[in-house]
Amino acid sequence: MLYTLLLIGDEEQWAKADEAERQEMYARHEAFGKLLEERGAERGGGELAHSSSATTVRKVGDDFVITDGPFAETSEQLGGFYIVEARDLDEAIEFAKAVPGDVEIRPLVDPSAQ
Amino acid sequence: MTRHTGAEQAHQEHWARLLALLTGELRDLDLAEECLQEAFAAAVVQWRACPPANPAAWLLTAARRRAVDHRRREETLRRKLPLLIADDWIDGPEESPAIPDERLRLVFTCCHPALSPQARIGLTLRCVAGMTVPRIARRLLVAEATMAARITRAKKRIAAAGIPYRVPSAEELPERLAGVLAVVYLIFTEGYAQADADSGGLAGEAIRLGRLLVELMPGESEARGLLSLMLLHNSRRNARTREGKLVLLPDQDRTLWRRAEIEEGLALLPERPAGPYGLQSAIAAEHARADRADRTDWPAIARRYAELEELTRSPVVRLNRAVAVAQIEGPEAALSLLEGLDRLLPRHHLLPAARADLLRGLGRDAEAVSEYTKALELVEAGVDRDFLLSRRTQAMTRLDGTAQM
Repeated sequence: MLYTLLLIGDEEQWAKADEAERQEMYARHEAFGKLLEERGAERGGGELAHSSSATTVRKVGDDFVITDGPFAETSEQLGGFYIVEARDLDEAIEFAKAVPGDVEIRPLVDPSAQ
Repeated sequence: MTRHTGAEQAHQEHWARLLALLTGELRDLDLAEECLQEAFAAAVVQWRACPPANPAAWLLTAARRRAVDHRRREETLRRKLPLLIADDWIDGPEESPAIPDERLRLVFTCCHPALSPQARIGLTLRCVAGMTVPRIARRLLVAEATMAARITRAKKRIAAAGIPYRVPSAEELPERLAGVLAVVYLIFTEGYAQADADSGGLAGEAIRLGRLLVELMPGESEARGLLSLMLLHNSRRNARTREGKLVLLPDQDRTLWRRAEIEEGLALLPERPAGPYGLQSAIAAEHARADRADRTDWPAIARRYAELEELTRSPVVRLNRAVAVAQIEGPEAALSLLEGLDRLLPRHHLLPAARADLLRGLGRDAEAVSEYTKALELVEAGVDRDFLLSRRTQAMTRLDGTAQM
């Protein structure tokens, strides 16, 4: 099954992180990437820029309302994601444990099953 | 009492095993349950005229046939859910006389940590214990529709989230087994709290589940510990209340304790209990062995509680240890063990209740009354509350008595 691992966290802390902290975090993600590679599980992913760079487009009737900022203003924001191929939820949980920080696991819907 | 029919007996004996097998074959828990349910309904009618030689095989064949029909009919209608993941499934020969025992998969799937505790309890009672939804709802004091929706949602979630139909690997097993045992123990305590329910209730179902786990995992000492603990607690069921009022261990009529359950519980005790259930059952065993309250081996109990506290770091265990220590070293020593627990157990009525009992033992009745009052503010309605009220009244009466002297 395909799963997305949504990386949720306090982005202010990340914004304030110094160079050493950033390097350490990237090293941990690199190690995680290696784990995925070994399992042949990597299907994509990326780091999202700070939510202050987000633009939200809402449809109101036939109109578009464009606002700056993320869809929901919360202190915890989506900071990045991985798409992984896992045997089942247990393996996805194993991957989620290996990623730095908190993770929400969501299965990707298989379009062929619709 | 309804007559015990062949179909009922077959339900008791074969439900979980057949459901476990069908779920693996169909890779759809919902469909498997529905078809097996229908097969049992047909059995109730048809077996009266002509009981089969092999009930389990009859039921399996009937359920499989229904599954084929359902799949054909609902090919296009059925909401599409992914099939259960059971990658190491080996299909047995169709006409194999022995039904392979796949119940462990069922147990671990129903108790998966990605399901809410409420869902785990409902699913386990429905799928493994084979209880009907109305009965589960009644026993857990929720509306039937709520329980039905909860179980349906949980089954969908298993398929949609990709919760596997599998016994966990050796490295995952200890953690996952602890989760399974916790579900069974929760079911037991839920039933045990219902003072009027007897063996037909949840406590009895939990004991049956405990037996199943011991049968399926004979090497797991914590499974034995849990079964032993439940049996030892349940053996006191008849002595635990009198006229709807709670009777504490020292005041219980020990002749009402059920010997058969005590014997079985003691025989199951792990030789060297190391886990939380084994240690708790060792403590319960000390009480069970004492034919009179004043012959209880309190030092042994206090030692077990100390081990348990070391293991769990639980403030509730500390509380219980204090009660044991009070029996050996007196209430003062116990009171000092309770210091600092208020921060960890702010909403727990047992802490002020225990403190009140200790203060009462020291003759500090005014403080005892105020602690009973605190406990009463925290306790829910029920036998515990009535008990605390009567204790407070006793302490108040004594206080009045001394004031008048």
